[in-house]
Amino acid sequence: MNKFLLNLPRLRTKIDSLIKLFMSKSIKIKKGFDIPLAGKAAMQTAEIAQPETFAIKPTDFHGMLRPKPMVAQGDNVKAGTPILFDGKNESVMYTAPVSGEIVEVKRGAKRKLLEIVILADKTMEYESFATHTISNLGDLSRESCQEAMLKSGVWPNIVQRPYGIIADHEATPKAIFISAFDSSPLAADYAYILKDEDKYFEAGVAILNKFTNKVHLGVDKNAEVSSLFSNVKGVQQNEFSGAHPAGNVGVQIHHIDPINKGDIVWTISPVGVVQIGKLFLEGKYDASRTIALTGSEVKNPQYYKTYTGACIGRFIADNLKSDHVRVIGGNILTGEQLNSKGHLGFFDNQITVIPEGDYHEFLGWITPTTKKLSVHRAFGLLSSFFPKKEYVLDTNFHGEERAFVQTGTFEKVMPMDILPMFLIKAIMVEDFEEMEALGIYEVIEEDVALCEFVDLSKHDIQAMLRQGLDLIQYS
Amino acid sequence: MKFLRNFLDKQKPNFEKGGKWEKYHSIFEAHETLLFTPKTTTKSTGVQVRDAVDMKRFMMTVVIAMIPCLIFGIFNTGYQHYLALGQGVEFLSLDAFLIGAWKVLPIVAVSYSVGLGIEFVFGTINRHPINEGFLVTGMLIPLVLPATIPLWMVALAVAFAVVLGKEVFGGTGMNIFNVALTARAFLYFAYPTYMSGDVWTYLPQENTEIVAGYTGATPLSIIAEASNEASASKDLILEAVQRAERFPSTENTALVAQAKEISEGLNNGTNVVDSFASSGIGDGFYDIYNMFMGFIPGSIGETSVLMCLLGAFLLIFTGVGSWKIIVSVFAGAFATSMLMNLIGLNEYMLMPAHYHLIIGGLAFGAVFMATDPVTAAQTEKGKWIYGLLIGFFTIMIRVFNGAYPEGIMLAILLMNTFAPLIDYFVVQSNKKRRLKRATV
Repeated sequence: MNKFLLNLPRLRTKIDSLIKLFMSKSIKIKKGFDIPLAGKAAMQTAEIAQPETFAIKPTDFHGMLRPKPMVAQGDNVKAGTPILFDGKNESVMYTAPVSGEIVEVKRGAKRKLLEIVILADKTMEYESFATHTISNLGDLSRESCQEAMLKSGVWPNIVQRPYGIIADHEATPKAIFISAFDSSPLAADYAYILKDEDKYFEAGVAILNKFTNKVHLGVDKNAEVSSLFSNVKGVQQNEFSGAHPAGNVGVQIHHIDPINKGDIVWTISPVGVVQIGKLFLEGKYDASRTIALTGSEVKNPQYYKTYTGACIGRFIADNLKSDHVRVIGGNILTGEQLNSKGHLGFFDNQITVIPEGDYHEFLGWITPTTKKLSVHRAFGLLSSFFPKKEYVLDTNFHGEERAFVQTGTFEKVMPMDILPMFLIKAIMVEDFEEMEALGIYEVIEEDVALCEFVDLSKHDIQAMLRQGLDLIQYS
Repeated sequence: MKFLRNFLDKQKPNFEKGGKWEKYHSIFEAHETLLFTPKTTTKSTGVQVRDAVDMKRFMMTVVIAMIPCLIFGIFNTGYQHYLALGQGVEFLSLDAFLIGAWKVLPIVAVSYSVGLGIEFVFGTINRHPINEGFLVTGMLIPLVLPATIPLWMVALAVAFAVVLGKEVFGGTGMNIFNVALTARAFLYFAYPTYMSGDVWTYLPQENTEIVAGYTGATPLSIIAEASNEASASKDLILEAVQRAERFPSTENTALVAQAKEISEGLNNGTNVVDSFASSGIGDGFYDIYNMFMGFIPGSIGETSVLMCLLGAFLLIFTGVGSWKIIVSVFAGAFATSMLMNLIGLNEYMLMPAHYHLIIGGLAFGAVFMATDPVTAAQTEKGKWIYGLLIGFFTIMIRVFNGAYPEGIMLAILLMNTFAPLIDYFVVQSNKKRRLKRATV
């Protein structure tokens, strides 16, 4: 009997791991495409002076209809001080990632709010929130967690599907999905940028579990899974293998527990989970993050430690191979062009720098080449013969916009049971029922980004999809 | 190249908004982009890098895949010409090539110049860019015509097909019917005497004496004729038998039995194959090897199955043509021929199934016409159904309809009509899966 009691804890862990094994799913993604871009960040974090300014851009948040600044130029803020909210949803606070002085509230055409820029202090000051220990997180109620998250600025990390909007705090999602790996080109490695953040991740997951019955964590089957993810409790761990977009949370949702009409699912990146964990364990909104500076035009592609919304100037200064480049906040599929003083977006962990492609090429539409990358193997495009090669790719449009020609390549890069071409056509004719029936609720821009990349007819598939999502959401 | 670029850059403002030739912008643009790829870059949001493929390269891949058929067609036109005259020359000879080029290249030139001319006119009127689709159509049309077709008919057919087959629907990408087949169908119904019968071999004058045995017939017409003859003879014998049976006598019984035996021999599928053996000059003119290689009369580019397969290889390897469609057209045709063998109502139906794959335009149609991404089924599952049905209808038209010796043209046009319906059902099943998932 004694022996049995002694063995009980061990037995329990065994049963636990068995249950985990039984519950978790392993999914092989057969469609997709990895863009082998040159300029991967080396696994090292450079020490440089922090950027002078940081910014919050309302345009990063879908579904933010009436962004209203809560501060004016000259105001002083701490990290975690609310600076912005949505007039349509006043509970969610968007707070300052760093302490300092508001130097600009930038507006564009029709007074559209573009960004709120903060000149950072040398030493950071934080708004203080209640602190907890890992063991008493369990006693917290959903309501109290929610209040802290809404107030402190970590809430916008939670994205709600359908539509990819900031989560509605009154909703109860059927599940929360976290993708533990980013498969997009040259993406930052979560295991590296969140090294030693295990306890915060665990705490974050514990908090998320208060909002739903199920938290899914999608890990990369083909890589060693960091302890950050493998040891965490309270999640169903699912394995995914395959090319991009296997790491897209939308693809993972589709294969684990797809979104049907009326369903609500939340997604959050591991960086966001860690921020939530830090809020509860440390009592502050810690917007620090490690970003990857990548791309063929960067002299030393590597990681940098900074904060959300950093100005990119310091990272690229004296670090570029030429000055005729495009600097992108994010990756080449879903990112956004930034000028040399631009600020990273709220969700960005990456800067990519590639050459601009504004050149003419004599007979460039037929000359055989090994330098250009293509999923297609049309005459003279030889990249498929060199599967291991890394490519320096520029921003050239490669052709002109044309009427859709169905080549079957969309289907080759879309690992969901969705007919992308028919969905896009339904959006073009604004057929609501058809969009719904064809699965528009399951996708956001990043899920169709590869379709846009491969499109022979050169359409803006991501923008078109957002148009469709807006149509359904707002009418 | 620098000089050319500078010249274009200098001219460009004239064609832009406010320039003196603003109207002709699309024509200028078409020429400019043919020489130099545009320097446009990706937008500030959305993908920052685009796949290197563009419509021009995509379409040119198809044209390149057709070049073996074109070159073979040029040689074969000359080769058949000399065969008919009884002046046997080697297939791969300069003589054959020269005569062939002299007949074929003007057709290609007319096809391209008329088609592109119309595209330019529409591009200028509608201010839309010139589409690349006609690069393919302009080559397809000559390849499915007999070398003897008058050039004005080519021009008329191209104009008809481009205007009524494509531009009225909104241009490349919007058309319902395969443009090249629209042109061929137009000629077929408007000028049947130029599209069937003894039109396949170029002869200098109408009354040229041709060598004994050379009929210039395509395998399709030989088979159709043989089958018709066999059926007619059988009918005749059976009628005679019926009449004889009204007057029973020992003599008659023996004769009737004999006649019955003969009539059965008429319907076992050997006759059509025999008729291949007995047609043409010398032995083996219409044997399997020659028909596969394409040393026989027929439309310029469609006679050689080998060249079509070469094109198919390039299309499939490059992914430009759907292998599903190509394979399923052949599979559909073969399966249907086997089925016809089992039913066996006439001689044509009894022809061994593999003959169907190497005669007529089946191979050319399967590889180059059925795979047209605009008019084919758009869903991956739909492509299988689409291809199988094309194969099915091709054989049905061949064996049942004496009026149309070739079935593939009408089969593809028919399935062009039904492709959206096939897609509709595939899309419905996708929707139903989603709906079912929601209710479980």
